[in-house]
Amino acid sequence: MSMNAPGLTEDQRNQAFSEYVGDESKVEPKDWMPEAYRKSLVRQISQHAHSEIIGMYPEGNWLTRAPSLRRKVALLAKVQDEAGHGMYLYSAVETLGVSRDDLFDDLLSGKAKYSSIFNYPTLTWADIGAVGWLVDSAAIINQVPLCRCSYGPYARAMVKICKEESFHQRQGFEIMNTMAKGTDAQHRMAQDALNRWWWPSVMMFGPPDNESKHSAQSMAWKIKRHSNDDLRQRYVDVMVPQAEFMGLTIPDPDIKWNEERGHYDYGDIDWTEFKQVMAGHGQCNKQRIETRQAAHENGRWVRDAALAYAEKKAARKAASKVAAE
Amino acid sequence: MAKNDWPLFEVFIRSKQGLDHRHVGSVHAIDAEMALTNARDLYTRRGEGVSIWVVASNDIVASNPEESGTFFDPAEDKAYRHPTFYEVPDDVEFL
Repeated sequence: MSMNAPGLTEDQRNQAFSEYVGDESKVEPKDWMPEAYRKSLVRQISQHAHSEIIGMYPEGNWLTRAPSLRRKVALLAKVQDEAGHGMYLYSAVETLGVSRDDLFDDLLSGKAKYSSIFNYPTLTWADIGAVGWLVDSAAIINQVPLCRCSYGPYARAMVKICKEESFHQRQGFEIMNTMAKGTDAQHRMAQDALNRWWWPSVMMFGPPDNESKHSAQSMAWKIKRHSNDDLRQRYVDVMVPQAEFMGLTIPDPDIKWNEERGHYDYGDIDWTEFKQVMAGHGQCNKQRIETRQAAHENGRWVRDAALAYAEKKAARKAASKVAAE
Repeated sequence: MAKNDWPLFEVFIRSKQGLDHRHVGSVHAIDAEMALTNARDLYTRRGEGVSIWVVASNDIVASNPEESGTFFDPAEDKAYRHPTFYEVPDDVEFL
């Protein structure tokens, strides 16, 4: 029985929906869906979209000071991609019946949440390497399973995004590797950036499984595919050898290969810091929102001009039509 | 604060000559001309397309999932429209 069939009770629809997504079938915008499923997706996709938008700021900070034209065009393309990813995701979340203007308002007013990682400052050029390498690697590990998410528009947006993230990760690795193998001073900068970005990156996978309040339901609905801790483990396993390759040291003395588990062990995470940043008390929370507000205000004349132009064009077209009659 | 209320346009892209246009997402724009340039900037940053269609989302007429049972019903009991319906002896070739 389909959850869309006419005349079903709420319970029957819920039951049919659970079976439907359980069978790996995809949900499309006009299908019947439980209100809680819709809400959960709106929350997740909009937070994801906001993260892409705010994610432009830490890197945008270095656009005018990139050390070469090659680095500059690459970083500019990456920042443009982040804007694009935000737009793909806003487009996906709008299919759930929310308006993009309302989502923008939530971000501008500081009400909306976004990834905690973007509330850390990018102090040196090496941080741009660290962000591309550490943050985008984490993003890829988080996002690849979302390409199989039960909600069609989100899954399709994620396919586009994942294709583009690969270049982000590589440009970050290239910066990091170049600096790590450069002069002693450059190597120290790379190590310092890794020291500051490692733990926030590890926290990007969200709270530990036993404290993650949305995880179980999201997994049952096939929105989420792997638990936070499983993804985090995968991240550590991937990153440790890459850091070793570059001759950099991950700032966690407990990192050690565990033969029995077939994974790297890692140290305790300071979740108080994560909660502080999520609650708005990170180093850059205030600055990020103020920058976003200023960008929105400073772009107002462009939107006004575009509107005036479109109106003038429409009026001219109407006038020439009248004249022709 | 942010209110624009610019209409939504659905975006369709032909990735290369010989293929159909395929739905890729949507953009907001004041008019169709701006929707085209927005769609180009957003969906073809890496040469993903050779042609773009935009259509105001409000102008799309769609079938209703609640009625899809009865709506698509006429084709459901017509197995004879498929080649597998017909019996073909094993030793006949090119059928």
